[in-house]
Amino acid sequence: MRFVDEFREPELISKTAEEIRRLAGRERHYRMMEVCGGHTHAIYRFGLKDILPENIELIHGPGCPVCVLPMGRIDDGLAIAQEPDVIFAAFGDMMRVPGTQGSPLEHKARGMDVRIVYSPSDALKLARLNPDKHVMFFAIGFETTAPSTALTIMRAKAEGIQNFSVFCNHVTIIPAIRAILDSPDMRLDAFIGPGHVSTVIGCRPYEWIAENARKPIVVSGFEPLDILQSIVMLLQQMTAGECKVENQYKRVVPWEGNNAALKAMGEVFQLRPYFEWRGLGFISQSALKINDKYAEFDTEARFEVPGIRVTDPKAAQCGEVLKGVLKPHQCKLFGRECTPEHPIGALMVSSEGSCAAYYNYEHRKAAMGSLTSIA
Amino acid sequence: MRFRDLQIEMAHGAGGKASRKLVEGLFAPLLFGAMPGPLGDSARVDINGTPVAITTDSFVVKPLTFPGGSIGELAVNGTVNDLAVSGAKAEALVVSYVLEAGLPTPILEAEVRAMAKAAREAGVRIAAGDTKVVEHGKADQMYITTTGIGRLIHGVNIDPASVRVGDKIILSGPIGDHGITILLARGELDLEADLSSDTRSVFPLVETLIRAAGPGVRWMRDPTRGGAATSLNELARDCGLGMVVFEDQIPVRDTVRGACELLGLDPLHIANEGQFLAVVSPEYADAAINALNLAPGGNEAQVIGEVREQPAGTVLVTTLYGGSRIVDMLVGDPLPRIC
Amino acid sequence: MCLAIPGKIVEISSDDHHSALVEVAGVRRRIDLGLLQEDKPIPGEWVLIHVGFAMSKISEQDAAEQMNTLRMLGEIDGAMQEVQGYGLEDVN
Repeated sequence: MRFVDEFREPELISKTAEEIRRLAGRERHYRMMEVCGGHTHAIYRFGLKDILPENIELIHGPGCPVCVLPMGRIDDGLAIAQEPDVIFAAFGDMMRVPGTQGSPLEHKARGMDVRIVYSPSDALKLARLNPDKHVMFFAIGFETTAPSTALTIMRAKAEGIQNFSVFCNHVTIIPAIRAILDSPDMRLDAFIGPGHVSTVIGCRPYEWIAENARKPIVVSGFEPLDILQSIVMLLQQMTAGECKVENQYKRVVPWEGNNAALKAMGEVFQLRPYFEWRGLGFISQSALKINDKYAEFDTEARFEVPGIRVTDPKAAQCGEVLKGVLKPHQCKLFGRECTPEHPIGALMVSSEGSCAAYYNYEHRKAAMGSLTSIA
Repeated sequence: MRFRDLQIEMAHGAGGKASRKLVEGLFAPLLFGAMPGPLGDSARVDINGTPVAITTDSFVVKPLTFPGGSIGELAVNGTVNDLAVSGAKAEALVVSYVLEAGLPTPILEAEVRAMAKAAREAGVRIAAGDTKVVEHGKADQMYITTTGIGRLIHGVNIDPASVRVGDKIILSGPIGDHGITILLARGELDLEADLSSDTRSVFPLVETLIRAAGPGVRWMRDPTRGGAATSLNELARDCGLGMVVFEDQIPVRDTVRGACELLGLDPLHIANEGQFLAVVSPEYADAAINALNLAPGGNEAQVIGEVREQPAGTVLVTTLYGGSRIVDMLVGDPLPRIC
Repeated sequence: MCLAIPGKIVEISSDDHHSALVEVAGVRRRIDLGLLQEDKPIPGEWVLIHVGFAMSKISEQDAAEQMNTLRMLGEIDGAMQEVQGYGLEDVN
């Protein structure tokens, strides 16, 4: 696969890992946070922790849109879809996320019309094909996904589609990073920046992280060589005492972002004054809502939204894991009451949530001791 | 009975962890008595001293037909294969149809013809059958169940307890073809590819393997729902050893790989209907692969890993550059993701 | 939030300029080019696909440069270490 396989070349990966070991030395302990859930997933999937030196600690950030979605919002969406003739459409990622009465898949088994879609435009297509039903698209995602939702809504308006609405749970990444940096327990040296969000927002929005918060940040791609190269760049910055925003993912990320995407978002969305993030609490100006011009496509304007609020059990330490203060296995419920089969917290539900990723890919490795004889 | 879930969910039928919980927690204790031992693909019954293997499987597939096959073919090959990987040659099948009222006759006829053809090709007799019809809205047009009996082949003893550190893990061919074909055929994801189901009887290849390496064959399984990951996890659990798989050795077609990357799926979790896994002692591994590669349909068979002591009870996939990841059974069916 | 895959534009739809057929290792799908209206791709070009939309064009040049940088990693430093070993750093 072009533009994929080159960045998975084993020899080059080994070589880059060697360079990381050389740059990292032995004295200093580095704490780097990868913000994006996609990076968390990639790190585990490619087994990158196995080839990094022990003094580089990767901390998983809150960039997992499923993980930060409060359970009450899932309940709200499912409650609306209980109405007869409503089709609940969502990405595969949402299908096993539990609400208090079960997940979308469980509702489907009980008779709700639930469809998995790969694209918001597939949800709109469902609306065209089922004129006697209402299609409710449960939208999630950061700025990577929001423009596609926006464009789909614009297309729906242009076509005069009457039976389509979006239950909008899009959130924005900068407030999440701010919340991390504002957290008193946080000790971080640098950031591995979200590569695909940056194809939309560009690299400028991170400048305050380097200039004000004084942490280097490298916007990174998702293949093993991308992530490793970003770590090299961060180490080079830290060794030289520098603090800037760099773009490792140049082949795809434009420094100024994607104007058409930003325009589409501006056309359809407005910022909510505040939004609840599971594990992080209420954050102001951190989520998107469909504006009045497109109200007919806003599920929350067309339907009665129960506004259910569900608090997580006190024992669940999702917030601390989300902020990177605790490692997944340090949460008291990890692997016991909270597993991928019976997830209690959001981080165990999504396959890119740090707890699920750790559980699925990693935690039994601890029993193995040294892994250097593997390859 | 140890099964604690209050009701049956879709996940319980997906072949992963939830299925295992249901089988081990409810069916096994109530039907098989105390501590039946590891559950295999088929059961062994002694009839007047003659060992006979018997197995059953239900086929619930949407859509009924897809590139490379249809539910009828799956229903024959699936059961023949369960017997094959238990070291048995299928002699006869009986079939049970649950049909939805309103099912057009040509569709039923097509599936029955497909079954007859698959049975001829597999060299197995369809000896008897039964039909029930349920109301419109049930049975997704048709459900087919086949039960098969076969004679155990001499010279092979399939037993997870016989697996040893150092044994080689062999895969008969590329994985993921069937599951991805079905996913694409459902049409919900709007993807197109030149891909077809790999449904076939694996008995000829199994026979080849046994002839070349019989005394060294410890275990076999056909990785259907849940994929190769699930089968290997079951073995790892049953024998308490570690299954180490070399990622670069796993045969996967480019299109399957492309679809999996696009949808965020792992080929190791995708269903197959024409492949099998085998664990073979190191002395016999080369002979096994050589024989398989020379046999029709076996040219892509390869050693994909080996059994080690650690990580015990777990499947570990390693890369050429020294990275590794645990591959667990899924809870339910694999779902496409965008995150 | 970030599963995005490189795909090659095979064909731009003649009746809907927003729509294109893209191919990833032999798997084909219609995608929406609406986010690339200010920099329209043409058949043969590669784009990054996320949820059925093209997010960005992939620059072959930048990709090649990145591979070069990676290949040279360690070589420059290795050369530097050798030079330092000669005690030449006082010369300049």
